[in-house]
Amino acid sequence: MKQPGSLNDMSRRPGQPLAQVAPLDQVPLPPPFDSLDDEPSIRALSEQARASYVTLDDTIAVNIERPQTADEERALVSAFLSGLEKLFSVPDNWTFLQPLEMSIEHCAHCQTCSEACHIFEESGHNELYRPTFRSEILRRIYFKYVKQASPLVHGDIDLNWEMVARLIELAYRCNLCRRCAQTCPIGVDNALLSREIRKIASQEMGIAPRELHRDGSVLQLAVGSSTGMTPLVVKDNIEFIDEDTAERTGISIKTPWDVVGADILLIHNAGEVMSWPENPGAFATIFTAAGLSWTMSSEIAAFDAINYGVWYDDIQFARVAVHHAAAARRLGVRKIVIGECGHAHKALTVVADRVLTGDLNIPRESALVVLRDIVRSGKVAFDAGRNDFPVTLHDPCNMVRLMGLVSPQREIIDAVVPEARFREMAPHGVDNYCCGGGSGFAIMSGHNFADWRHHLTGRRKFRQILEAFAGEPMTQDQPKYVCAPCSNCKGQIRDIIAYYDAWERAGIYYGGLVELMVNAMVDARPGFIDWEWH
Amino acid sequence: MTILTYLVCYSAAAVFLVAVAIRIHGWARMPMHLRWELYPVAHEGARAAYGGSYLEDSEWWTAPRRASRWSELRAIVPEVLFLVALREHNRQLWMRSFPFHFGLYLVAGCTILMAASGVLGAWLPGLVSGPVGGLLRVLIPVTGHAGLALGLAGAIGLLQRRRQRPLRDYSAPMDTVNLVFFVIALGFALLAAWTVDRSLATATQLVGNLATFTIAPLSGSGPAVVLPSLAAILLAVLAAYIPFTHMSHFIGKYFAYHAIRWADRPNLRGGPQEQEINDLLDQPVSWSAPHIRGDGTRSWRDLATKGSEE
Repeated sequence: MKQPGSLNDMSRRPGQPLAQVAPLDQVPLPPPFDSLDDEPSIRALSEQARASYVTLDDTIAVNIERPQTADEERALVSAFLSGLEKLFSVPDNWTFLQPLEMSIEHCAHCQTCSEACHIFEESGHNELYRPTFRSEILRRIYFKYVKQASPLVHGDIDLNWEMVARLIELAYRCNLCRRCAQTCPIGVDNALLSREIRKIASQEMGIAPRELHRDGSVLQLAVGSSTGMTPLVVKDNIEFIDEDTAERTGISIKTPWDVVGADILLIHNAGEVMSWPENPGAFATIFTAAGLSWTMSSEIAAFDAINYGVWYDDIQFARVAVHHAAAARRLGVRKIVIGECGHAHKALTVVADRVLTGDLNIPRESALVVLRDIVRSGKVAFDAGRNDFPVTLHDPCNMVRLMGLVSPQREIIDAVVPEARFREMAPHGVDNYCCGGGSGFAIMSGHNFADWRHHLTGRRKFRQILEAFAGEPMTQDQPKYVCAPCSNCKGQIRDIIAYYDAWERAGIYYGGLVELMVNAMVDARPGFIDWEWH
Repeated sequence: MTILTYLVCYSAAAVFLVAVAIRIHGWARMPMHLRWELYPVAHEGARAAYGGSYLEDSEWWTAPRRASRWSELRAIVPEVLFLVALREHNRQLWMRSFPFHFGLYLVAGCTILMAASGVLGAWLPGLVSGPVGGLLRVLIPVTGHAGLALGLAGAIGLLQRRRQRPLRDYSAPMDTVNLVFFVIALGFALLAAWTVDRSLATATQLVGNLATFTIAPLSGSGPAVVLPSLAAILLAVLAAYIPFTHMSHFIGKYFAYHAIRWADRPNLRGGPQEQEINDLLDQPVSWSAPHIRGDGTRSWRDLATKGSEE
């Protein structure tokens, strides 16, 4: 296994990968995927990609072009240092200054966090992916080059453009799941530091993965959604989904749009509309059956709950959050309910809480809570026997560890899945592992990035899924359901099931939570979950 | 020697207190940040057992918020005393770090007992000559010897661990120096205690004098005074040094938990946080990326209420 020998390797060996992970370096998966020899390798990067962009490891996430002149090299370093300085200024970074300083100042370098990181663990303990590797580099650059402190006190580090560019790339080798922070005896948060590096790159240097910025938050603010859907298109799509869902369930639905004075503004991750139309269809079915007063908004950005800024850029984050709240204000709704999207939950409910003031401060609530209340109310009858297949539950990090939403989804599952059929993953709840798609990875697939994330970031979740279904027949005619109440998690789980052909080979299928509810609705035709690979 | 000892001890105590106060003030006056809590949040009470939050409640903003300080204490006291998180997640390091920290707590406790003994002796001499004094004369050597021995063993263990990979690769030279300083100070104090001051009577007299501002020679002569005095000087300088290092995490940890990990207080419309948030949103932005073009005049509010400019 190739791995860096020291932190300073990041500034050396220009153009060469510092780390490479081969399947044989990894711990085998549980059966029937336990043969390392049969595992696909991470496809090699093209020579053109290696020549054009900074090289860190097996893959490329950010596409940082190699400087062509010494002036360009100096400009890159200078911009990074300028951004680093701004990170520690109140006006520019009040948003995260205290957590940042805490994590910069107090790390005891005890490495307790490392074993909590699924990427480090699944890489075969490759040093590059140790959570403290990038944090320590950032810390040393800050103390040596911004604070001008002695390297004897805070450690030495070399600084050149290669170091800067690789550090930015390395910030995109972390899912920001904060499992490492949970284990830190002092409260240091390596995930936060990854995000702060991403912020320097985006907010000062204009560097961010295309999928998150240009095709993500910028597109969302321009046309309404990162999917590219305009208000007209999304309304057309939802109309089609309503018709299709009604045909499948026998329950007539019509999604309400822009209803002034409705109780609830429901915002889905628009990816559901494009990739999993059964999800918004199921929501409309349940909300209609429960007699809720609700609406969707066709305003720009308000029909897509995503807020990619929460992964890389505070300004973009604030812009999207304000759009969401402003749409709710115009409709005069009582509350915003966020659909099955983990990062949107955290972004709008928790992180934006100290951005939205006055009449923009409209209460936000999780769809899981609303769905749980529908179950409790008894307004919709469920027959758990209709979900008579093994089910396991993936806990999205943003909902559990970062919001404390743990019990509503379990209460729903208790009502719609036979007790004997439910298997908890180990660990679960606030101790869960990230799906591997966190912090934008699920939508990033440039070059061979998807291969890399399947092998490193998503592998632990796939391992957990296989362990949860241990003892079940691993054949397609014995289907098993991975319930993931989050669009990004669902996308990542879909991708890793496809990568290992686990639907064909082991009957592992996936979907959301509300789909399980409609599948168990007494008033709906049986068979809402169609077990067809999409 | 006597004057030097008192001078160093008073100076060190002053430096320690001022440095700690500055540190606390520095953390406390930092601006409000965006919420970044991490569950479980201890003050959620029974829900903390599985990591749940008030966000699980129906229309959570309509119910009065309950934050259980008792639950916080039940979480933080074992964490501080026994380093629970480290024991759970890094048992190898905990076997070194726990004796080190607990030893320091005992040494601090012993010092407080010594000071109490001095104060009581000056103000209530009858009490010191009775059962309370007897108890102090037992507790002081027990906590002192145990604290120094545990602290020294822990410091040696941490030093040994620090020299191994991967900790070695992430440590600065000063991290090692700091631990060596602990080994020297605690080791010398233990040596002095075992050789010439087993009951810690001389040390108790010194600390008692310091607590009552009595600048007087210590009883005895030669090594019986010099060794405890040197030990006191070393420990005092060490204490004064700690707040200037990352070992001041004993201060930071309070804020890490209460101001970040458990800081889940919602910003309700018209609530007490709103004015501070509005002030922060009016801060000027100077980030330079094309989609921001912060020129130092436009505020967060200006930028957030406009679309992307790229």
